[in-house]
Amino acid sequence: MSDPARPSLSRRALLAMIGASAGGTAMYQAMTSIGFAAESPYRGPIKLEGDPRGASVIVLGAGLAGMTAAYELRRAGYSVQILEYNSRPGGRNWTLRGGDVYTELGGATQRCAFDEGLYLNPGPWRIPYHHHAILDYCRRFGVTLEPFIQLNHNAFLHSAKAFGGQPKRIREIKADFEGAITELLAKATRQGGLDEAVSKEDQEILLEALRAHGGLDGDFRYRAGEESADFRGYAKDPGGGLGAAPTEGEPIGLHDILTSRLWRSLQGFFYYDFQTTMFQPVGGMGKIGEAFARQMPDTIRYNAKVTAVQQDERGVTVVFESLSSGAIERARADWCVCALPLTIVSQLPINVSPPTKAAIDAVPYSASVKIGLQFRRRFWEEDEHIFGGISYTDLPIRQISYPSAGCNLGGKGVLLGAYIFGGPNSYEFTAMSPAERMAVALECGAQIHPQYPTEFESGVSVAWHRAPFVLGCAGEWTEETRGRHYDNLCQIDGRIVLAGEHASYIPAWQEGAILSALDAIMRLHKRVLAT
Amino acid sequence: MNASAVMRLLRCSAICPKRRHLALAWWASIVLLSGASVAAQDHSLTTQSLSRGRGFDEQGGEAIYVSVCAACHQRDAKGAVGAAAYPALAGSENVASTDYMESVLFGGLRGMPALGRMMSDEQVADVINYVRTHFGNSYSDAVSAVDIATARSQSQRNR
Repeated sequence: MSDPARPSLSRRALLAMIGASAGGTAMYQAMTSIGFAAESPYRGPIKLEGDPRGASVIVLGAGLAGMTAAYELRRAGYSVQILEYNSRPGGRNWTLRGGDVYTELGGATQRCAFDEGLYLNPGPWRIPYHHHAILDYCRRFGVTLEPFIQLNHNAFLHSAKAFGGQPKRIREIKADFEGAITELLAKATRQGGLDEAVSKEDQEILLEALRAHGGLDGDFRYRAGEESADFRGYAKDPGGGLGAAPTEGEPIGLHDILTSRLWRSLQGFFYYDFQTTMFQPVGGMGKIGEAFARQMPDTIRYNAKVTAVQQDERGVTVVFESLSSGAIERARADWCVCALPLTIVSQLPINVSPPTKAAIDAVPYSASVKIGLQFRRRFWEEDEHIFGGISYTDLPIRQISYPSAGCNLGGKGVLLGAYIFGGPNSYEFTAMSPAERMAVALECGAQIHPQYPTEFESGVSVAWHRAPFVLGCAGEWTEETRGRHYDNLCQIDGRIVLAGEHASYIPAWQEGAILSALDAIMRLHKRVLAT
Repeated sequence: MNASAVMRLLRCSAICPKRRHLALAWWASIVLLSGASVAAQDHSLTTQSLSRGRGFDEQGGEAIYVSVCAACHQRDAKGAVGAAAYPALAGSENVASTDYMESVLFGGLRGMPALGRMMSDEQVADVINYVRTHFGNSYSDAVSAVDIATARSQSQRNR
């Protein structure tokens, strides 16, 4: 095939290559690491000072961006109403629980049969410690958070093509890979290979550091023994009483680790976006959207499908269809915060300037699929001693994530049985029926956890391009489209301003949606006071 | 989704692993036929349908359509409507123009990613020709892989 990635190694091409070699998660991680990831600049609640003198704002979309805008504008004295397509608040901030019914585009309906207290977060599912704004809103709105376990050293790394398809523990691959690398580096140092680069005095310190870091023995070798076992664990754990002495395991050789490619999944745990501590709301991510909505009773009009947005010199008229009655209605306000996904805005009749319209049309949406699986017992804890965290695989499901909540309590549990982000598989899973997705998730997962067939009870899947309220996962910018369109997308166009994760440098994260909304309404407020 | 069928199936497949793929395909097709989807039995997507790398592995217009395009445009190519819509390709005047289809596949269109960049010239030609001769469309002017190569390089220059 011809190679679309070859002509110039653009950022997009680089991402595509990373996506191909290391899977969608790695691509996503790379995406955030080459310029899109940044600490949230949020420094506390915004203050919109000055009297808006009864000005009204219509907010389109009750996702986190729309509700942030509405909440803060209400506090500042604006008259605010929100139009929302769904019959619930939150948008992509969403939790599927037992009893929920979800119909995707194409008509397939799934009834979530999870037990009480078990859930799937189809969209966002973890919050980095440096996403200050969403953490602050959780604190202000009483949303209880708990740690989200991103890295569990006892979870698995798996390749269908390596080690006979047997999964390896993360701690084994990580310890043995770093042990082998440090041993090589120590050898090179002691053989004078670094004499030009490192002073003699520093080499002494370096050798000590390598020994400590890699678990090397007194001869700077990485091999079965106390030092390596401190990192990689034991073949037989130490016990009590007679016969309690531990047995140290034989490290996996460097050649086997290198050729297995399992090392590719290691670094992601240490990216800025995924470093501990991460959080999740107790009871599901949807708790945040629900809490926002409670702050503004009678503000959100649900089941309202926006069909046109028209501004004039004095205000904005929004035409919408009531999905409950079928009636076509109109709403009017002085200003409009449009927090709909660009997949939707780009299809609306909306009279904005050509540069704004071009920006709205310039952002494709990435594909992503998540599948939740309920099992009759938490075999990953009981049999494999995996409490939370994520196992990575080169199978199409990419990863299996174990629940961070309810650890060691026994009973049933729900796994994230697949999370595909970007790449061909994300479209292919979307093209499948829910039943087909489930069959693939079970077939692949059983290669890592043979308990799947006997313990599986029920499942539910969400393919984001088939989600009727968003038609995609998240806005996918490139360096070139950002350069050409981003400022035009964010600027106030007459009486309309856009907000959402797509109008941020933290795409696909809730923090981006909130920061975008805060920035938009601060500028809008200034405009209102000056008008 | 109720799981009893899946459980029976996977218990069976644990006993007779060689029949697993066959059994899964069979099971998926049963669910499909009884569900909301309009898929034909031989269009069941399984683990074996999935691509291995960064490009799509499907060969032939029908396989590409079913595994990729149908994600949004649906298997009957009639599109879908939610808060916004996926346009129908069935009976669509837009597909009369191969230039238009090439520009969408290589440049994207609004929320739609440029999926042609994840396909070979042959795959893009095949799927364009397939869509233009199915779903009630009957355009006889087929595109070739050479045409697509030209369109691809033009789109790269315009980017």
